[in-house]
Amino acid sequence: MSGLVPLPVVVPLLGAALTLLLSGRPRLQRSISVLCLSSVLVVAAVLLVEAYRFGPVVVQVGGWPAPVGIVLVADQLAALMVLVSSAVTLCVLLYSIGQGRGETGETAPVSIYHPTYLVLTAGVTNAFLAGDLFNLFVGFEILLAASFVLITLGGTEVRLRTGSTYVVVSILSSLLFLSAVGLVYAATGTLNMAQLAGRLDALPSGVRLTLQLMLLLAFGIKAAVFPLSAWLPDSYPTAPAPVTAVFAGLLTKVGVYAIIRTETLLFPGGQVAGLLMVVAGLTMVVGILGAVAQSDLKRLLSFTLVSHIGYMIFGVALSSVAGLSGAIFYVVHHITIQTTLFLVAGLVEERAGSTDLRRIGGLARVAPMLGVLFFVPAMNLAGIPPFSGFLGKLGLLQAGVAAGGTLPAVLVGAGTLTSLLTLYAASRVWNIAFWRAPRLASTTVPARLPGLMVGATTALVALGVLFTLAAGPLFQVTSNAATDLRERTPYVRAVLPRDVP
Amino acid sequence: MTRGAAGPTLVLVLAVGVLVAAGVTLLLERSLTRILLGIILLGNGVNLLILLGGRAGAAPFVGSSPQGEMSDALPQAMVLTAVVITFGLTAFLLAVAYRSWYTSGDDEVQDDLEDRQIVRLAESNEVSTADHGGEGPDDDPEQVDPEPARRRLRRDGET
Repeated sequence: MSGLVPLPVVVPLLGAALTLLLSGRPRLQRSISVLCLSSVLVVAAVLLVEAYRFGPVVVQVGGWPAPVGIVLVADQLAALMVLVSSAVTLCVLLYSIGQGRGETGETAPVSIYHPTYLVLTAGVTNAFLAGDLFNLFVGFEILLAASFVLITLGGTEVRLRTGSTYVVVSILSSLLFLSAVGLVYAATGTLNMAQLAGRLDALPSGVRLTLQLMLLLAFGIKAAVFPLSAWLPDSYPTAPAPVTAVFAGLLTKVGVYAIIRTETLLFPGGQVAGLLMVVAGLTMVVGILGAVAQSDLKRLLSFTLVSHIGYMIFGVALSSVAGLSGAIFYVVHHITIQTTLFLVAGLVEERAGSTDLRRIGGLARVAPMLGVLFFVPAMNLAGIPPFSGFLGKLGLLQAGVAAGGTLPAVLVGAGTLTSLLTLYAASRVWNIAFWRAPRLASTTVPARLPGLMVGATTALVALGVLFTLAAGPLFQVTSNAATDLRERTPYVRAVLPRDVP
Repeated sequence: MTRGAAGPTLVLVLAVGVLVAAGVTLLLERSLTRILLGIILLGNGVNLLILLGGRAGAAPFVGSSPQGEMSDALPQAMVLTAVVITFGLTAFLLAVAYRSWYTSGDDEVQDDLEDRQIVRLAESNEVSTADHGGEGPDDDPEQVDPEPARRRLRRDGET
């Protein structure tokens, strides 16, 4: 069974090589990409079941035993992340294929799109499965390099301006991460996460705190946590719709995943819990205030993305099982919903000619289906019962109340306020863009949207609703994963069977 | 790399400091070319830092020298990977800088949309109050589409 673990990384990479070779034959290229991502989805599902029933699945790459060689670990958290991310990437891929058929101008360099997209997927899954700090860095670099190409796709003036900001900020965070990796190695003599768990505990607390803060700084930039989030709303909205969607859904969550992993496995004990809570509260409130002030749908959604990262950081800061479980559930929910909303924004752009709220209106009458596709995930994001956004927020707020103390209480208040303001922002978009007299920004838009684009978006909306129906089992998995994370021993014992600290 | 009794040589530590400091200074510039140079310096500084993390010594071949005198091979392997990654990213950034110069005649990174809007509002002494929730789209003619970037150099033969 452990032979399956490298597949989510290897299959997309091989697919990328194949699609690059077949750049002249778009039809074959598309089928290979879809086939690759579908098989990753299946493998991820099997891995999750396996990790849930028998504990973490570990593979030692090249047969080198654990502390020396590199390991890939699929514990419940990693497998769940791989599963959700592959479902989302598959839907976005189908959407972009639909878009490529619908129009010609936007996706002109399509031959480079598929290989890059597959490399991005490989980077994301590699980061999730990495059992080694340096491999995590390599995963980040793979996905960043691919994202650089995707965000400057087409090389227009606007994309280059926003893209260069994104590239420089990302490289800077990578260099921070790299120096943190170097210092961790200098301090402990290992980079294997399971071994680090024991050795970091033995370090003097000052050194340990320094390393922890360096890693947090690097991951905080990637996850767009408040003081480090200014790059995100500026750079995401200008990319093509499917690219923005997959970035918004996945890339920041990889940062959040890395924060969860390091805070639980490497640096437990909540030494920086207070800092994380303050930062989480500021991320929530400042982000959503930014969203309220925006008049462009894509920029507004970028700000809600930043804002809701705060909920996940809040769950990590609580570092109780309930808090972590809520945070993981929220990550799963938010990956799906945020991606869906950006895909819908792409559909709005396609149908109305713009996403600028001042130039469009009355879409609910012009395209009722589009109205439904926007309304359901928007209410889900705002946390209206019975959607999963409500369940995730409820889980986190309950964990916050259970933790007691002033700071968690303030955070619960900030979380509720953010939820209300998200509802305000979402209903504002609804009022302006979907009600009122019909008004389209362009007269040359197609009357019908491509079926595949609508189909892929519908599938993601349905997945978001499915989280409500499957919330019981899903919470079971997330709380199991959280328990394992808190205990640390299941992970460490799976990687290093002999010496348990 | 030689090594004293207490730790890595001071020269290397100083080199890391100087490279990182120069890199950060250049990163604060606006022109992409300088930022690129800054990233190269910073990247080299970080790579040297990783190298300092491992033990120095003889070549790590089994049997060539006593085990205690061998250097630590792992940081060297990591540095090789990191060098390749930094090289690739540098090449990409160079391409972006060139393309940026090609399209806009300038490789300066400009203010973002929000900044420019606020500057414009400040110039015309307006308050950014407008909430477009209630009124119709006609009430607010202002567009937020990004304006075309300014052009400094115009190449001949291109209209």
